Order: sequence, then structure tokens, then C-alpha cells
Amino acid sequence: MDAAQVNSEVNLISKTFRFFSFSDYSVQVVVLGVIFMGVGCGLMGGFVVTRKLSLFGDTLSHAVLPGVAVGFLWSQSKNSISIIVGAMIAGFLGVFLISLLKKTTRIGLDSALGLVLSGFYAVGICLLTRIQKMEFGNQSGIDRYLFGQITGISASDVWAMGISCILIALITMIFYKELLVTGFDHGFAHSIGLPVDFLQYLLWMLLAFAVITSLQVIGVILVSALLIIPAATASIITQKMRNLLVWSALLGMVAGVIGSYISFLGSRLPTGPIIVLTSTLIFILTLFFHSQNGLLFKWLRLRGKERKIALENTLKAVYQELEGNKFSEDSVRLGNLAKRRRVSMPEMYQEAIHLVKKELAFLIPVKNQNLPSENTLTLSPAGWSEACRIVRNHRLWELYLTNEVQYAADHVHEDAEKIEHVLGDETVRKIERILSNPRRDPHGKLIPSRQDIEQGFIEKMVAKNLS
Amino acid sequence: MNKSLLPLEVHDLTVSYNRKPVLYGIDLEIEEGGLIGIIGPNGAGKSTLIKTIMGIVPANGGWVKIFGGKGKKSYRRVGYVPQRESVDWDFPVSVLDVVLMGRYGHTGWLKRISKKDRNIAHECLEKVNMSLFADRQIGKLSGGQQQRVFLARALAQESDLYLMDEPFAGVDAVTESAIIELLRELKQKGKTLLVVHHDLSNAKEYFDQIILLNMRLIAYGDASKTFTKDLLQKTYGGRLTVFTEIADQSAKDDHINHEHKIG
Repeated sequence: MDAAQVNSEVNLISKTFRFFSFSDYSVQVVVLGVIFMGVGCGLMGGFVVTRKLSLFGDTLSHAVLPGVAVGFLWSQSKNSISIIVGAMIAGFLGVFLISLLKKTTRIGLDSALGLVLSGFYAVGICLLTRIQKMEFGNQSGIDRYLFGQITGISASDVWAMGISCILIALITMIFYKELLVTGFDHGFAHSIGLPVDFLQYLLWMLLAFAVITSLQVIGVILVSALLIIPAATASIITQKMRNLLVWSALLGMVAGVIGSYISFLGSRLPTGPIIVLTSTLIFILTLFFHSQNGLLFKWLRLRGKERKIALENTLKAVYQELEGNKFSEDSVRLGNLAKRRRVSMPEMYQEAIHLVKKELAFLIPVKNQNLPSENTLTLSPAGWSEACRIVRNHRLWELYLTNEVQYAADHVHEDAEKIEHVLGDETVRKIERILSNPRRDPHGKLIPSRQDIEQGFIEKMVAKNLS
Repeated sequence: MNKSLLPLEVHDLTVSYNRKPVLYGIDLEIEEGGLIGIIGPNGAGKSTLIKTIMGIVPANGGWVKIFGGKGKKSYRRVGYVPQRESVDWDFPVSVLDVVLMGRYGHTGWLKRISKKDRNIAHECLEKVNMSLFADRQIGKLSGGQQQRVFLARALAQESDLYLMDEPFAGVDAVTESAIIELLRELKQKGKTLLVVHHDLSNAKEYFDQIILLNMRLIAYGDASKTFTKDLLQKTYGGRLTVFTEIADQSAKDDHINHEHKIG
């Protein structure tokens, strides 16, 4: 048992070394193959995804299967040239049928794609099953076209992948700006005299190259994943076409290398699905953890905003409590605050702690711990100025709505509850100018002024105004 | 002026979609230097007219000449502003990328965008007051801003004839007045502008000449002469129903349709 474990660990290390040292001929073939495949499919995927043609890529990959089978029957061996030619012919027949269906019938594009996809795929499966029952067929490894298997691909396969990849990279680079404009604005591209149809067929041909040369490694069913997933991941990262293509190619390559490495370790793992799983994992990680567009950081930002609003509302509630007592006291009981904020006592306590942590208030605990609502809160100078600022924003906005936008006085509170948290200093100054520095809100309450905020004290002013 | 060098000449243009006629026997001779509005009800074929002139929609009959020329080469002398809804605003291009597309017709195949093209694009963005947004992805703009970007792209084309499809649709009042200001400026420079427009209330004020269109050309001429109650009623009213029905029928009938194409 122990010996076996040690043995497998040694095996793992030696295999890892064999893979990444890149010295082994079979490893060289594999790694070069997946790099070409990842880059080629990644680049084409960038075009497919931004043009919203994902289902088209899927259809094309399924449609080539009968061509693969016929190409195999033709040469009676796994000769890559005849298989590629067969697959190309089947692919173009599929594309031709789709446009024929679209032109001559009322069937929508999605249905036409579905029809061709399933029809061609069914024919392909029938032919493959027949081939496997023939005498030369059962050892041919033709089933690798369904699910993909990296081990044992030949040098000529890698040549085909390399040529296809370089062709794709060259042509998309040469026609970059033409492909950009036809993808974004078909009508405009036509209006400046570009051969829109030619460019579209060119793109489809390159797509067919990428798909067909990848089939052995990734399989008919999953090749569209290699088109879609890296490009979709790239579209989270960037919103520039050039960067999107680079990222997509890079991510396709990385997924290919990692996936084929894992598949290389365990001899029974199919390469295609492992590469797709790696690619999917990268997508999920990007979706959640990307620093600008990732869901996690969006959520954190949102939560940060919510906490800030809660904090500002508590400060406002403290101000209102003090105002209710005509500023005769300088502290408020948590029980009263909770009532005003309409939250439970534990929640209120949490918010009070939050204020204390931010050095906006001091919490004076009562001796009797069974009466948490009797704890009192006193604002620090910084807390005072923050509270005055929020109340001022609220009341200024109410006044602005009633005086300038002609809202009824009983309609303005709800709106001000939201706006008070987002009013910037500049907007506040503007409103002050428009309203010529008002002192009372529509409900007759005092609007704490800028000086009050700057001094951090309100008592003197209150004494003067309320006397 | 030599008649063959008119900015735009349309002769007996007929277009149909799915065997439904959209335009029928349109004749137009547009002279140089004018701001011309194309006006008509929904489905009158206003956009189709522009798209057919640009060769985006194939014609069933008739011909179009742009500065005396036909086909792809002549399109390059036209600045085209498509409808805002006709493109995918999620596409990963920036505002500057889109304006640079206006230079593609000048740079030609295989050539890279030059420094000069970039400068022109920036100038055009400046003219529509969108310089600050040059690097922004186009989906993150308001409708009015998107329309300004389209206009900047058309300016970058430095054309002599402009065809614009509803440049005022869904834009704010500030953008609308900025656009009309810009169009008048172009006209002053001797450019010819054809603008599809849907708002009757300001059509007479905006345009020197007006094309009234409802499947047929109802009228074309100075705004003061064409923007009359009678002609507008003819354009928007139901007087053409008999004609529409017959045209519908004949278009559905393969034989007649065929004859027409040959004729």
C-alpha cells in the first residue's frame, strides 16, 4: 500500500517533469498541438462571440463529422489530408444549407442551425458506427473525433494545426480593420464599398480550419466550447477588440496546456473534456474575481455602499433625536435610536459599534447589562459634522424639490432619503446658490449650515436661533 | 452644371421586400449644396430609399447614380449614417475606433490607420463635442451621444454627399440642436445632405427642400412649396390605398413582377 503510494507520487513527479521539461518527443507534439489549437480557436472565438454567432460555431463543428467519416473511408486510414478535405466539404455543405434555408423558407436562423447541426451529426454518428464495425476500423481510433484524445496525435496532425493557426493569425491581422467594421456595422461596411460577403466567407473558412484541425484533440461535441469559453472570459476582462482577441488566444492556449497536462497524468482521462473543464474553471474564476468586472468585487462595492448608507442614516437619526430634545442633551439612548431607525436592538448595537470604530461616536455602556437599550451614544466632533452634512443634504434637497421643481411638500421626503447619500459637495454648493443659503426646510425645520459643520458644534447656533 | 455630375440621380427605382413593394418608380435629381429632408409615414420606405441608394438593399428595377457614377466606387463619395438601432452597441469598440471607421474608405485595404487619420478622427470628435469620451466603449453612452459618434464618423469620411437615417431619433434637445447646427455648417461648405426625418413639427424649419415619400414620390421641392396641407395629406392620408392594393397584387403575381424587371 505504502509502496504503491510512493510509487504513484514518484510517477506524478516524473510525469510532471517529462511534461514541462519539453524534452520528450511525444510531449513536444502534444504541447505544440494544444498551443496551436488554443490560439487558433481562441482567435476565431473572439470573432464568433462578438458577432453573436456561438451557435453557428457549434453547428459547423457538428456538420463536419460526416465529412471526417467519409474522408476516413476514402483513404481507409487515419490520413489527415483526406479527413480535412472531407470535413471542409461537409462544413461548407452545412453552411450552404443554412443560408439556403434562410433564403427560401420562413424558418428562423436558430431553427436552421439546429436542423443542420442535428441532421449532419446523426449522419456522422451512423457512418462512424459502421466504420468501427469494419475490420480496419476498430483499431483506427476514429472514435477520438467524438470526444478527443491528445495522446498519439501524429506530427502531421500538429503540422495541420500549426498551418491553420498561423493562417488564422495572419489573415485576422491583415484584415483586422475590415473585420472590425463588418462585425460592428454591417450596413456601414457595405456603404464604404467593402466586400462584406467575401469577408464573411473568409471568416467562415478560417473558422472551419480552426474547428477541423482541433477535432482529434477536443472532439466534435466540445470544440465549440473552445471557441466560446475563452472569448467569453476575455469579454469580461476587456472591451477592446484587439485586447479581446489577444486575451482569448492566450486563455485558449493556457486551458489547452493545463488540460492536456492533467490528461497526460491520468492515462484514462479524455483530453477534450478536461481542456473544456479547465477553460470553464478559468471563466468562473474570472467571473467572480476579476478586479473591475468580477461579481465578487461588484458585490463588495455594493455592500460597502449599503454600509455607508446605514451609517449615515444612524448619524441622521442621532441628530433628529437630539433635535427632538431641542439639543438640551448631548447623548441619545440606543432604544430610541432603534425605534427611529426601525431596526432591532442587536442590529442597532452593531451599527453603534460601527460608528465607534469609525471614530464618529462614543458608546457609554450602562451598568446593568440586561438593558442594552439604555446604552447611550454621543457623537464625536467628526460624527457631528457628518450628521449635520447628511441632515443638511436631506433638507436642502427637500427645499429644492418644493421651491424649484414644484413638488408638493408631502412628496419630497422619500426622494430626499435616497438623494442625501449621493449629493456631492459641488451639487450642494449649486443648490445653496439657487436657494440663496436657506435656513429652514419645507417642514419648518432648521437646516444646519456649512459653518456649523465646519465648527463641529451646533449648540451656540441652536441657542441663538431657538431663543 | 453638367447633369451627369449631380450628387444624386435616381431613376425609376423599385424595391420590394418579400414580394411586398416598398418603393415604386422613384425619380429624383438632387442638386449640389442643400439640406434635404425625407419625410413620410412609418413604412413609407424612407430608410429603404437610403439603403438602396447605398446598395445595402438590392433594387428590383431602376438605377442610382452618385456624382455620375454607379456601384461600389461611387459609394466612397457618400457619408452614411445608419439608424442607431441597426448596430450592436455591445460590440467591443471604443468611440475613437468607430470614428476611425469613417477613414477606412480613404486608407484602403491592407494599410494601417495613419497619424493623419487619427488627427482627423479627433477633430471630428471635437466637432460633435465628444472628445472626452474617445476611449469609452460605445455601449456606455446615452442615445444622444451615440448619435453624435455616428455623426463624427460621417464627418471623418469627408464626403460631398451625406445620407442620414433618422439622426434625430431618440436624442435629447441639446443634441438635436447641435446636430442641426452641424448639418447647416456642412451645407454652407457646399455639401449635399439627405436626412430621413420623422418629426413634422420642425421639418419646415430644418430643411431647405423636402422629399415627401410614401412608396411613391409624392413631391420634391422647396420646403415652402412641398410642406403644404394638401401634399402632406396626400403623403399621410389614405388616398393611396387603391394604388397600394394593386401594387401589392402585382408584386405577388410572379408574371407581372417578372415583366416589370425586364421593363
